[in-house]
Amino acid sequence: MKSLMLQSIFGPPATEKAPAPSGQALEELARNVDKSARRLLGRSLSIREVDAGSCNGCELEIHAIGNAIYDASRFGLHFSASPRHVDVLLVTGPVSRNMKVALERTWAATPGPKWVVAAGDCACNGCVFAGSYACVGRVSDVLPVDLHIPGCPPRPKDLLCGLLALLAA
Amino acid sequence: MSTEQTRQKQGLIQLLRANGQEQRAQRGAPRFRIDAAMWEELGGRLGKGLDLMGLWADAQDVHMALFAPDEKDFAIVSLAVEDGAFPSIGARHPAAIRLERAIQDLYGHGARGLPDGRPWLDHGAWPIRHPLNEKADAAQSGEEKDETQDYAFLPVEGEGVHEIPVGPVHAGIIEPGHFRFSCAGETVVRLEERLGYTHKGVERLMQGKPPAEAARIAARTCGDSTVAYSFAFARACEAALEVEVPPRAAWLRALMAELERLANHLGDTGAICNDAAFAFLHAHFGVLREDVLRAADTCFGHRLMMDCIVPGGVARDLDAEKGAHVLQLLLDSLDERLEKLVEIYDTTASLQDRVRNTGRLSPALAQGFAAGGYVGRASGRAFDARLSLPYPPYDSLAVKMHVMHKGDVNARVWVRIHEIRESIGLVRTIMHNMPQGDLTAELPGNTAQVREGVAVVEGFRGDVLAWLRLDEEGLVARCHLRDPSWFQWPLLEAVIYGNIVADFPLCNKSFNCSYSGHDL
Ligand code: SF4
Repeated sequence: MKSLMLQSIFGPPATEKAPAPSGQALEELARNVDKSARRLLGRSLSIREVDAGSCNGCELEIHAIGNAIYDASRFGLHFSASPRHVDVLLVTGPVSRNMKVALERTWAATPGPKWVVAAGDCACNGCVFAGSYACVGRVSDVLPVDLHIPGCPPRPKDLLCGLLALLAA
Repeated sequence: MSTEQTRQKQGLIQLLRANGQEQRAQRGAPRFRIDAAMWEELGGRLGKGLDLMGLWADAQDVHMALFAPDEKDFAIVSLAVEDGAFPSIGARHPAAIRLERAIQDLYGHGARGLPDGRPWLDHGAWPIRHPLNEKADAAQSGEEKDETQDYAFLPVEGEGVHEIPVGPVHAGIIEPGHFRFSCAGETVVRLEERLGYTHKGVERLMQGKPPAEAARIAARTCGDSTVAYSFAFARACEAALEVEVPPRAAWLRALMAELERLANHLGDTGAICNDAAFAFLHAHFGVLREDVLRAADTCFGHRLMMDCIVPGGVARDLDAEKGAHVLQLLLDSLDERLEKLVEIYDTTASLQDRVRNTGRLSPALAQGFAAGGYVGRASGRAFDARLSLPYPPYDSLAVKMHVMHKGDVNARVWVRIHEIRESIGLVRTIMHNMPQGDLTAELPGNTAQVREGVAVVEGFRGDVLAWLRLDEEGLVARCHLRDPSWFQWPLLEAVIYGNIVADFPLCNKSFNCSYSGHDL
C-alpha cells in the first residue's frame, strides 16, 4: 500500500490534462468557469442529480465525470446530497410518471437562482420511451430547462463541457 | 410409494411431459401447458430443489420459468387464467410475491391467495390501469400524489422504534427508490423497500415492433447491463426464429459481455470501499473502470456497448489491429494494477472491520430465492448461466465459477474479485481464439406463424431472462424481461436486519440491485 501511496503522491496524476485550444475545449472552458462562476456564485457550482426514470446509463457517465481522470471537482463542480444546497439540477430519464411528483418537489426545494440541465436523450426528448403510458416524455414538459446535453448516454466529456458551458454563458 | 413420491423422483422435464402438453411454438426451452393442480404442486416445490426463474403473464395465461439444478432442466409452464384469476405462487413461495403484484398491476389477473395485495409497479399515476391488458377498460385518474404518503407500509411497533424514510430521490448519483427503515436505536429492525419509480412501460413499448426496433428498447431496460439485455433479447429472438448466429458474432458478444462485467465489477468494488469511507481504492478502481470503458469505446464505438448486439448477430466488428492492440494494453495494465489494489483491500484493517460479518445472507435464503449473480454465489448458490445453462460461445470456453459461503459484504466483494480475474482470462482467450467470418445471420421477416423463444444470459449482476412471442408477421406480440434483481432486492431486506443504519449503504452497494431493470 505504501508504494502505491507514494506513487500516487509523487507520480503523475491520473487526471487528464485539460485539453488545449481548438477542438480541445476543456481548458478554455475551465478558465471561463473561473471567471463567470466566481462572478455568479463564487468559485463553484453545486449540483443535485435527479434520476427521473433513467435506465441508469446516464448515471454511470455522470459518475464518471467525478473519477480521477475527468475530475470535475477541479473545475469547482460538486455534487451535493440535498437540493437545498445546490445551484443546478441535473436531470436524467424520460420522467416516469411515478417520479414526476418527486422531481417537482426536488425543484421546489432548490433555492433560486437555479438552473435545470436535462442530460441524455431520454431527458431531452424521451428517447425510446417517448409515448409510453408510464412516461411524461421529456424534462422540459415538467420543468423549465436551461440546457440540454444529448447523448445516450452523453459521454463524460460532453457532460463536462455542457456543465462548464452553462457557467460560461 | 405414493404418486407424490414417484413424482418427486422424476426429472422436471419428465414430470411435465407426463402432466402437461408441450407447446409447439416454443423454442429455447420447452413450454408446457399444465392444470391448476400441477401449477400449485410446482409452486409448493419451489425453493426445495426447484428454482423459480421467472413469473409473468400475457393476456390469457400466466407463465413460470423453472430450473431444476440437479438435472439442469429448464422449462416454462403455463396456466390459463380463469375468471380473471390464477392460484398464487407467492402464497407458497415468497420470492414470487412481488412478481405477482406486478402481474396484478400490469394485467389485472388476480393471484388468488396472494398474501400481499398492495400494488407494486402501479403508483396510481398512470393514465390507464392494467396497461398490458388490452381487454381491460382503461382510464384511471392518473392522479399525481405523494406515493410514499399513501402506500401502506408494514407497521412496526415497540418501545423506541422510529422510522427513517429515504427516497425516492437519494443522496448519491443513483437510481430512485424508497426505503423505509424502522430502527431501535442504531439497529435496523425492519427495512421495507418501495420500488417502481422508474417504471417506463418497457414491455408495452416493445409490442408491435419488429425485433430490431424492440432490441433498442431492451438495450435501454437497464443501462449497466445493456450488453446482457441485448444478448438475452437477441438470443430469445434467434431461438424463436431458429436462427444460428455466425461463430464470430457469438464470440464478439462474449467479449462485450466480459468487458461489461469487468467495468461493473471494478467500479462497484471501488464504490463499496467508498461506502466504508475508503476513498483511496474508490479512486483507483474508478480509473480501472474508465480504462475498460475507453477500450470498449475504441473496440465497438460506444463506452457501454449499447446496441452493439442485435438480433441475428452483432452490429460492429472488432477492428482487427486497433481493437486487438487496445485490448492487449488494457489486459496488461489490469494485470499490473489489479492485484496491488486487491492486496490493499484485503490488508487494510479499518476496511476489513467494516466488510466482514456485515450484511450476511444465509445460504438457505439465497437458495430459496434462487438469487443469481454474486449475491447467490457469495452465499453458496452455485449458479452461473454461462455454466448452468451454457450458450455459445461459453459452451466452448472453460469458465470457472467461484462460490463462497459466508454471505457477508466481504464474500460478495471476493466473488467479484475472482470474477474480475476470470473475465480478464476470458477476454484473453476470446481474443486469441476469435474465429473469422460473418457478423450477422439473416432473420426471416414474415414467418406466417406464431413463434416463441426464451434465453437466459449471465450479466454482471446475475441471470437475465428474456422470453418473447412473435406474431405471424414477425412482430413482437409479447416480451418479458426478468432482471436478476427481482430475486435479490427482497433479500436485501433480510440482510440488513440487525445491522446498524450506517452499514446500509455498504450492504446495499454490495448487492447493487437494479432499479430500472426491476421496474421495467
Ligand atoms: S438517455 Fe440513454 S443512457 Fe440515458 S437514461 Fe435514456 S436510455 Fe439510458
